[in-house]
This record gives sequence, structure tokens and C-alpha cells, in this order.
Amino acid sequence: MLRLSLGLVTVFAFSVIIFSTFSFLPGDFATEILGQSATKSAVKALRAELGLDKPPVTRYFDWLGNVFQGDFGSSFSGRSKVQGDQGDRSREVVGLIVPRLKNTLFLTGVAAMLAIPLSLILGISAALYRNSYYDRSATGVSLVTVSSPEFFTAYIFILLLATLFPVFPTISNVDEASTLAERFYRTALPVFTLTLITMGHMMRMTRSAIINILSSEYIQMAKLSGASRYEVVVKHALPNAWAPISQVIAINLAYMLIGSVVVEYVFNYQGIGRLMVGSVYNRDLPVVQACALIFASTYVILNLIADLIGIISNPRLLYPK
Amino acid sequence: MTLNKSKELLLEMKNIHIDGFSDERWHKILKGVDLTLHRGEILGLIGESGAGKSTMGKAAMGYTQPGCKIIKGEINFNGIDLAKLTEFEKRKIWGTKISYVAQSAAASFNPAHRLMEQTISAANRLKINPTDVLKKDAVQLYESLQLPDAENIGNRYPHQVSGGQLQRIMTAMAMSPRPELIIFDEPTTALDVTTQVEVLSAMRSIVDKFNTAAIYITHDLAVVAQMADRIKVLRYGEEVEEAETRDMLSNPKEEYTKSLWSVRSLIKPEETNEDYMLSIKNIDAAYGSSKVLHNVSIDIPKGKTVAIVGESGSGKSTTARVITGLLPQLKGEIIFDGKKLSPKLDQRSKEELRRIQIIFQMPDTAMNPRQTVDEIIGRPIEFYQGIKGKEREAKVIELLKMIELDETFLDRLPSELSGGQKQRICIARALAANPDLIICDEVTSALDQIVQEGILKLLQKLQKELGVTYIFITHDIATVKAISDEIVVMYQGEVVEQGLKSKILNPPYPDYTELLLSSVPEMDPDWLTNLLNKRSS
Repeated sequence: MLRLSLGLVTVFAFSVIIFSTFSFLPGDFATEILGQSATKSAVKALRAELGLDKPPVTRYFDWLGNVFQGDFGSSFSGRSKVQGDQGDRSREVVGLIVPRLKNTLFLTGVAAMLAIPLSLILGISAALYRNSYYDRSATGVSLVTVSSPEFFTAYIFILLLATLFPVFPTISNVDEASTLAERFYRTALPVFTLTLITMGHMMRMTRSAIINILSSEYIQMAKLSGASRYEVVVKHALPNAWAPISQVIAINLAYMLIGSVVVEYVFNYQGIGRLMVGSVYNRDLPVVQACALIFASTYVILNLIADLIGIISNPRLLYPK
Repeated sequence: MTLNKSKELLLEMKNIHIDGFSDERWHKILKGVDLTLHRGEILGLIGESGAGKSTMGKAAMGYTQPGCKIIKGEINFNGIDLAKLTEFEKRKIWGTKISYVAQSAAASFNPAHRLMEQTISAANRLKINPTDVLKKDAVQLYESLQLPDAENIGNRYPHQVSGGQLQRIMTAMAMSPRPELIIFDEPTTALDVTTQVEVLSAMRSIVDKFNTAAIYITHDLAVVAQMADRIKVLRYGEEVEEAETRDMLSNPKEEYTKSLWSVRSLIKPEETNEDYMLSIKNIDAAYGSSKVLHNVSIDIPKGKTVAIVGESGSGKSTTARVITGLLPQLKGEIIFDGKKLSPKLDQRSKEELRRIQIIFQMPDTAMNPRQTVDEIIGRPIEFYQGIKGKEREAKVIELLKMIELDETFLDRLPSELSGGQKQRICIARALAANPDLIICDEVTSALDQIVQEGILKLLQKLQKELGVTYIFITHDIATVKAISDEIVVMYQGEVVEQGLKSKILNPPYPDYTELLLSSVPEMDPDWLTNLLNKRSS
């Protein structure tokens, strides 16, 4: 319960930070959209219409109040420049975000389903054959993947799998008409990129969590009672390693979602990350705020789930004395 | 004790050499030790820390700790040389033919699995009996080990039962596959004396019942005397001597073996003083919401030694924390040298802080590993007495001489000292403040017998020379006999008894003191048998 409320506080603290950062950026939506040659009165009129003339604190609380009622507001962009025009094409933020969010969740979901089992298997087997050539090469390679920035990894993939050996497309444009198979095919490269950048960390942490436990006394005891190597790692070490492992997975899933901002941009994928970047560029505050809230709450929720797994996997917490 | 004189050889270890890797080089841990064991026989392996007894015990299984290796030697178990087997082949013997009972049961059970599952895991691997038969057998083992609620205790997790119970469950676990040999590696060292008696008697009767051979490793002579048919003494990885238990106790041949006995002969004539250095009156104290001290009142006579004894959880260390101001009391007052002390540490004056010093149980963790001896001892001199430069150095050297070390130690780091030397440095650090009262919190319990004796003698000498008052917190009755003038017995946060040593250690006793004193193992091999007979009658 305490964690949940702390999580909520985190989410809103995050939204405050985003909001105030915005007021430090040069210009606002009105100056960006009307251009440098705009007259002062035009800018002023637009600001009044969007409510940008009110003090920031008032604006924030107005927005906050609406969010509590489930109203994320309308995007600034796309609205008619003439007041009262019937052809107002401004869109509800929710309508704008939902399809993109689906795309992003598809992308990160596929990447997670690839990355988590792979890194668990690699991490456990590296711990099992500690200091073997297999272990050394796996940890070595993972260090390289962790240290390279995602755009770099993405371009390497483009170079290898799209340019030199054109297997996959460089641009991952999907729309609602795309079939599932088509989606898999088109998103292959961004999925690989996300998998690779997170897998290294998860694999290394799984390995070290297990190795850490392997030095405890009950592992020696298990060995002395005749348990095989496999049994020692899977039956005796792994159950005690879930808490740290789930924490790392949570952090990496969140990282994946945030990493998708860059990856979506590189592959021109219509996801929430790309939407956010575009909206920041336009100073389209309602959209950015909503995206930020989504990122923050995913982070908080993932961490809550990890904590929950930590509690369930630990009999000390589950069954008090 | 029933002596099993079957002459069938079970285990024969010849010329065992084992090296261990630490501090970036190889050390010799065992230098050619032999060992024989017959079926149904119990051999006691005894020695101080670093003697190689635990390494020898594990080697009897063909196992070495990571970082150790068997250089040469034969380990014939039932005609098979364990040293020559592969890991895979040894696993078929471990846990089933030879099982192991570790020192710390709390750390040796996997926290993620239920006790029953762990008890029968080795026997399950044999695939002779189905799981439900094994479970029934485990319950019977629990019963014969006198565990409470034997039917259901196996459904609990390790953290849900006490240390003494865990140690018995580990014995059940070792016994479950009916091994031919059990290695007991200091199984009662981590337990309180009163618990130790129960565990010892349970282990002994079950080993008797199934006529299992055992190697019993300990540093406590009195304990091994209760368990073993034969005793082998090890030192520096070599055998000192071996004899039948009774012969060994009545007639030890080697100088070293005799010295193991000597600590227990250290005795101080008691004195008292009507003038109190410190009086605590009606103290209540709590950690958070759990109250640990109830109305504790203790008087400490000036220039004398008061020993506070009790089991773990009796509140003796908490009392020390209250006196030093680390844990402010809820109720009651502390009178130090006629003046009332503020409960809170930050409200006490520097002078008051100087006059009360504490020495901790673990010298390893009580010193900053990056400070030299000079800095460790010099800092309190500078801080409390404002002495600097050359004078300070002279003072440090004077203190080093007082603790029977010399100026060559000045530049050493704690990692370059032995356990006994570290504790001496801690004593010098306490003395550097020139205190009136020193609280010694289990200062000898992490040390070997002979080193313990040295430290106790040093403390007594310092008291004679400087007239300091000691509060000596311990659970070890032998130490109490050696050093105290007065004794305070604590139990569950209350003072059971306080008085002169001669009064407390002689009848009539209150019930708890009686239980505590009678649980302290004696050198007599019949002690446990007699005690159990007496208690059951």
C-alpha cells in the first residue's frame, strides 16, 4: 500500500518535472507554429485560445484536475487557426496516443519475449559453467552490447541485415491494415536492437545473482548432500535469486520502453516514442505530458510487479514467524 | 557411552596433504594426517581455528572447499579411494553413504524450501523408498530427536524454527538416508549452552540407535568428551596426539594438549567494593516496539570486574548499549561515579564519554581496516587528551608495551595482525582514553582457547596496574570463573541474580541459574549421561 502511494507520488512528481522543464524551453506552441514573422497580436490571440497566457501553476493544476477526470485534453497541433471554424481538426490526446501506444507495446512486448527467456537461459548457463570459455565469451559480448548506444546498435543492424544482406526492411512502417506476420517482419530490426541492448544487462545480473548465492553455505550443504550441478543451480540457487533478477528485468523493460524513443525514431516506427519526440519539437504540451505520464507509470508498475515477485519468492516475507 | 568395538574398518585416510589458496599464494592446510575409523565408532577431531580439523572432516568425504586441493593421500571408504573418484561418482556417496552436519544450521538450510523437502532430498535421490515412506520416516526421526510437533514441523520454512531445532532437523536430514558415516562439523558451536545440551543428547542417542560411525569436529574439549570414543588433536595441520577419550582426558601426553585444558584452570580470587563506579536503576529499554529490558538494576563496584552472563537474547548486550548511551533507556537512571548520566549519547560531555569505553566481540569489524595501529590508538589520545606529535607517539608506544606488543606494530594495518593481536589493539584503543570503566562485550568468544587465556590474563594485569573497572559480558562460564568478582545472571531481559562469584556459583541456585550452570559441559565423559539421568529423574 505504501509502495503504491509512493508510486503515485513518483508519477506526479515526474509530470511536474516535465511541465516545468517545458517552461524553460525557448518559445511555446504559439511561436513555433506561427513562425518568426508572426505579429505579436496573432501570437497573443493563439496563446489566449490555448490557455497559454495563464500562469504555469494554474495551467498545471487545470491539467491535473482534468486528468483525474480521465480527460487528457486535446492536442495543440492540427487545430484550426481561425476561431470558431467548423473544420477544427484538433484531436483528442487519447485518440492520438492509443494506436501509437499499441504499436510501441507490440514492439517492446515482442522484444521482451525474446530478451527475457534468452537472457535467463544465458545467465543461468553462464553461472553453471562459470569461468569456462562459454561464460567468458558470453559475458564479454554482453559487455559490448550493454555499452553501445541503441542508435549505434540500430545502425549496425541496418548495415548488416538491410543494406549488406537485405533481409529485413529499414523502415518499419506499419498501419492498422498490416497482418501479424507483416508486423513481425517489419519490426524485426527494432526488436533485435531492443533485445540486444537490454539482454546484456539482464544476463549479467542473472549470472551474478546466482553466482553470489552459489557461495552461500546452503549451496555447499546441497553439494555435500549429493546434488548435481544442475540441481544446485536450478533448484537451490535460482529460487533465491528471483528477487534480484525480477528487479533487473523490471528496470530493463522500462529501459526498453524508453529506449524505444530512439529506436522508433531511427526506424521511423509509428510508436509513442516517436510521437513524443515530434510533440516536444512542436511544444505540444498536452501530448508530451500524456506520453510522460505513460512512461512514468509503466516504470512504477513494472517496479511494483518486481517487488511483488520478490515477496512471493521469499518465504521469509510470505510466511512470517 | 556405549563403546562400539567392532573392528571392521570403515574409513582409512592416509597421509593427507591439502593446500589452500589465499592471499595470492598456496598455503599448506594439512601436512600428512592419518585417520582411521571403524563402523559405529565416533572420533572426535579437536583443535583451534586454523588447525585444519574442518578441512580434514570434509576431506573424509573426498570434498575440498573451493580454493583448496588434495595434494596427495588416500581416502579409503569401504575400500573405495574417494580421492580418485570423479565429481560425478562422489555425488553418489555424498549425502547418502556419508552425510554432513554443518556448524550454522541457519545458514545451511535453503531459505526457499520447506524443511521436510530438504530433510528427505538426499534419501529421495536414492530412489529406494517412495516419498511418503521417507516422510513418515523423517517424522519418526524428528520424534526421536525430541522436536516439538514432529508431525508438522517439516512443513515449516527454515526461518520459522529456532537454531537448536534447525540443528536437530539437520541431524535428521543427515540420518534420513541411513548413511554409514556422518561428519559433524562444530554442530553446537553456534548454540547457547542450554540448547547445546539438548542437541548433544539428541545427536548422541540417534547415532547410537542406528550404530552410525561419526567424525565429530569441535574446538570444545568438554563437548567432544561427551560424544567421542576416541579423540584426535590437530594443530597447524598436523596430528598432535590421539587416544581413547578417557585416557586423553585423564592423561594428556603432549604439552599442547595440556595447554588446551589450562584456560579452565585460570581462577581469580574475588573481591568486592562498597563504592560503586556505576549503578543502573530500574532500566527499561526497547528496540522499536519490542521491549528487551525489564526493570534492570545492576551495581558495578569500583576497580572490580562484574560479569554479566546469559544466553543470546537475554539482554546482556542491550544493557551495554544502554550504559554507553547508544540506546537511550525508556525508564530508569544511570548513575556514574555519583553523577547521573544523560540517556542520550549526544547529551553526554566529552569527559563522560572518555571515562566509559567499550571493547567489542569481533576485533575484525571493530577497527577501520585502512588505519594503521598508530592511527587507531593515537586518535583517542589526541581526541580525549589533546596530546599531539612526538608525545602522542610516545604514548602509543607506552600503550603497546602495556598490551605486550612493541613499536614494530605502529605501521601495521589490522589485516596484518592475528586475531589475538587485533583484540589487544582494541584493548589499547580503549585504554588510550584513560577510562574508568571498560565494557568488554564477549571479547574472547571469537578467539581460540590459548589466545583467550592470554587476553584474560592481560585484562587482569591491567586492572591491577590501572584500577579500571570492567563489565564483562559473556555467555561462557569458564571465562566468568576466570575473571569476575561479581556475577549478574540475566534471562529474557531481566536480572535473575546478582552477587559475589562464590555466592552465584554455589548452591542454592534459582532455577534458571541452576539450568545454566548445569548445562555447561564438563571434562568428564560421563557428564552428559549423568546430567540427563539427573534431569529425567
